[in-house]
Amino acid sequence: MFDIVSFFPRAVMQGIPLLFGSTGEIITEKSGNLNLGIPGVMYVGGICGVIGAFMYEQSVPSPADMNGFLAVAIPVLSCLLGSLIMGLIYCFLTVTLRANQNVTGLALTTFGIGIGNFFGGSLIKLTGSEVPSIALSATSGYFSKSLPFAKDLGWFGTMFLDYGFLAYAAIIIAFVSAYIIKKTRVGLNLRAVGESPTTADAAGINVNRYKYVATCVGSMIAGLGGLYYVMDYACGVWSNDAFGDRGWLAIALVIFTIWRPNVSVLASILFGGLYILYLFIPTGTHLYMKELYKMLPYVVTIIVLIVVSLKKSRSNEPPASLGLAYFREER
Amino acid sequence: MNNAKQGPLVHIVKRGALPRWKAWGIRLIAIVAALIVCAVVTMVVTGEDPIQVYATMIDGAFGTTRKAWNLAQSTAMLLGVSLAVTPAFRMRFWNIGGEGQVLAGCLAAAACMICLADKMSNGLLIAVTAAASIAAGAVWAGIPAFFKAKWNTNETLFTLMMNYVATQLVAFFVIVWEVPKGAGKIGIINQATQLGWLPPIGGNKYLLNVIVILVLTVGLYVYLNYSKHGYELSVVGESERTARYVGIKVDRVIIRTMLLSGAICGVVGFLLVSGTDHTVTTTIAGGRGFTAVMVSWLAKFNPIFMVLTSLLLAFLDKGAGAISTNFGLNHSFADILSGIILFFIIGCEFFISYKLSFRKSAKKEADTNV
Repeated sequence: MFDIVSFFPRAVMQGIPLLFGSTGEIITEKSGNLNLGIPGVMYVGGICGVIGAFMYEQSVPSPADMNGFLAVAIPVLSCLLGSLIMGLIYCFLTVTLRANQNVTGLALTTFGIGIGNFFGGSLIKLTGSEVPSIALSATSGYFSKSLPFAKDLGWFGTMFLDYGFLAYAAIIIAFVSAYIIKKTRVGLNLRAVGESPTTADAAGINVNRYKYVATCVGSMIAGLGGLYYVMDYACGVWSNDAFGDRGWLAIALVIFTIWRPNVSVLASILFGGLYILYLFIPTGTHLYMKELYKMLPYVVTIIVLIVVSLKKSRSNEPPASLGLAYFREER
Repeated sequence: MNNAKQGPLVHIVKRGALPRWKAWGIRLIAIVAALIVCAVVTMVVTGEDPIQVYATMIDGAFGTTRKAWNLAQSTAMLLGVSLAVTPAFRMRFWNIGGEGQVLAGCLAAAACMICLADKMSNGLLIAVTAAASIAAGAVWAGIPAFFKAKWNTNETLFTLMMNYVATQLVAFFVIVWEVPKGAGKIGIINQATQLGWLPPIGGNKYLLNVIVILVLTVGLYVYLNYSKHGYELSVVGESERTARYVGIKVDRVIIRTMLLSGAICGVVGFLLVSGTDHTVTTTIAGGRGFTAVMVSWLAKFNPIFMVLTSLLLAFLDKGAGAISTNFGLNHSFADILSGIILFFIIGCEFFISYKLSFRKSAKKEADTNV
């Protein structure tokens, strides 16, 4: 029998980093910036959180002395700062210097994954501390703390209430950004910048400022995905390359959801489910079948890409100026 | 904008074509600036004298004949993948699936070497292996190209996803063919018989790879610049409407060019498996599909310049590898250094295509204009 009560929470926990990543990328793309650096940004978000937490854990004499508020605030702030810097690098190159967005994004990904793996692998040596590995279980404890009564509510509690606060934050952020993009003036301006920067500029909207703010906010949200992955899902243990290709899946989700963060809430859980489905399908002695099941999220993404392109409806189109730099004097 | 009376502090003007030596001068300055920043970063992290650090890098890349050949091999393989993605980029088709196309080629080569080794002569086996790798790479690139041509499906994400499908396919066959059972890897294929192995030239197993890739480089340069196909795909890249207007069949050009891209990736896969590694793993392509995008772009999609840019990136990788080993750091340090250098080179393109005029000079200009 397929065990939905144990499957669903794991799908959600896989899905949350994707949700952060795709919400961030949707906001970025709405401004016309195709940030292929999101995988790198998520690595940086994760490792900056780890560095912050590591420094804090090392500075207090024992885990019992840790202040709950600081234990959460320091990693979150350092994660946001790290991803903000990545967003700024991307913006400076593509908006101010009008560089090619694809190349900049790929370079940012190389750079970000490099930073993540380098500091992840060398943090202990660099700080000269005497611990065998980076295991921030104390900090992770604060991040994955769920409602105290969740366990008492049976399957309902396990399926819907038993997550760390960042998981709920992801869902709230997704709904709030969907609302802002669709219903407010700021969102209207943002969409105008992404669809036709020339028109937006003529209407008195500061195009560059919108692009900067949207991309930086998007990066910060995506960075939180990396933080959630390390602190909650991986229980505070950083291992190099463990985050894997989730950043790319987050970008794929943007198309899957047709640029709607609210749809992304369900879609990312679905993708999270596909990601771990191979653990739940009995294969008997044919272990190699598991490798084929791991293909599922990618194959589904490809099918969705094709279906979206077949449907050719106007509301399914990406922002019209996506991937193009804007230069006022070039009409 | 913020200071309407005085006019903005900096005014940006698009430049006409800059003389070539000036453009390369700006790029050179950017690379030097990047190397200085890299030195500072390395110094902060390792606490070593930066000159010492660069000496270590050069020693790590060229220090011994063996190291130099290793560098030549990495450069050649990176160059091969970069050549492969270039025709597609020239027509603005963002193929970031080089990784998957190389893997498909590797897998086909390994399959031939494992399954056909005892069924034919060695010469025929090598020919069949080469053909199968090239076909596999071409098919892997042809699928996204078909959908792009027919329904304008987003090629960036499609080729990206094909990478992971290829990785999982390799993972699947690695377990199917694993030797011994339960090892989780294939090991060296036909180690005793050396069936399907490319013969080393003059005792050097890398030389043949380098020669093949150099021939491909020249061939692609001629194809892109002096053939009708090359001209057609440039037109498609510049403007699809113009291409249609002059009677170029855009969908056919897209599919044809991507088949070529994939085929070259297949060649690289064949060289990797038959020529040097004699095995297949999920990481055999080593991220070259992504690095190749940057190599190709840095060289302005010119195959001849790509020799230099791929050498630069391969050198950084080997050199930073030496730094990591010598100072006990993680190998990913190379990625950080490449990232910094790339940012500088990407950024400097701005100064090649645009000119900054500051407020003062703008005013003077206005005076002279009146």
